[in-house]
Amino acid sequence: MDSHVAVSDEAVVEHTTLKHHFENAEQQKDAATVGMWVFLVTEIMFFGGLFLAYFAYRQKYPIAFASASNKTNLLIGAFNTTVLICSSLTMALGVHAASLGKRKLLILFLILTLLLGGAFLGVKTYEYHDKWVHHEVPGEHFECEGCKDAGHASLFFSLYFGMTGLHATHMIVGAGILLVLIWQAYKGKFTAEWYTPIEMFGLYWHFVDIVWIFLFPLLYLIDRSGRGLS
Amino acid sequence: MDSHAEHHIVPKRVYFAVFAALIVLTWVTAYVSTVDLGRWNIFVALAIAIVKASLVILFFMHVKYSSRLTKMTVGAGLFWLIILLFMTMTDLWTRNMMGVPGR
Repeated sequence: MDSHVAVSDEAVVEHTTLKHHFENAEQQKDAATVGMWVFLVTEIMFFGGLFLAYFAYRQKYPIAFASASNKTNLLIGAFNTTVLICSSLTMALGVHAASLGKRKLLILFLILTLLLGGAFLGVKTYEYHDKWVHHEVPGEHFECEGCKDAGHASLFFSLYFGMTGLHATHMIVGAGILLVLIWQAYKGKFTAEWYTPIEMFGLYWHFVDIVWIFLFPLLYLIDRSGRGLS
Repeated sequence: MDSHAEHHIVPKRVYFAVFAALIVLTWVTAYVSTVDLGRWNIFVALAIAIVKASLVILFFMHVKYSSRLTKMTVGAGLFWLIILLFMTMTDLWTRNMMGVPGR
């Protein structure tokens, strides 16, 4: 049995990673990449609807949006953006390590990505709690102290919680997938020849980062100069 | 068609350069938001966000090094997003321009 494995070592690798309906590994990888992007395009449209709702209501109630946006904490928002960008870097470096077949480095970067993602969610939890304590969650007890057009300010916070909540849900799903990938990497499932799940997950993680790159200016940075948007 | 420049491994320094640009732009956009630019604040903020997103898409997501089919898929998705946002907003922006009933 030993000799059999040794002789067909390369064939075994080919056999396990290359599905029979593909010509070669390259074609298989291209197909996975396009498929992943098609999924991400549906995600773009998914978030796109929320962004459209945001733009439509912001243009209708600019004053309410400006004063409600000032309730968010600029420093915490910028800090959290930094944390998320760091996690994108560690993810990119993880894919890089995988492509070189460096298993330990891959595991390290995946764990770092998970920790940074967790840190982001932790900060987000703190922010949510802060909003809860200050009655800035839309509903019966909604208050927006010092807000102009406070009635429509709750619309801003509905979008704030809807968009950051959907974003956070994606992060939580991502963290779950990361746990599986860390386990699989630990088991030695990925090689320099085949690490497609790592690369596809990288695309997902960076996509979630991009969503935040737009959420940050749109939710945190309206009218910070405080001229009241008259 | 050199689309089969496959197994293209992006050098690490590219990732670090993109990372540095993303961090700098994040704090630039946070700072610029506190400066009163009138109606231009939103445009500056969105322009910076678009630059940041483009850097992530091209380099972190390897689209710069991907096949034409992948590039087209990404482009088609963004094109439909622009239709969704831009055509709806041009409607909302211009509805009150004519001052006619039934607008």
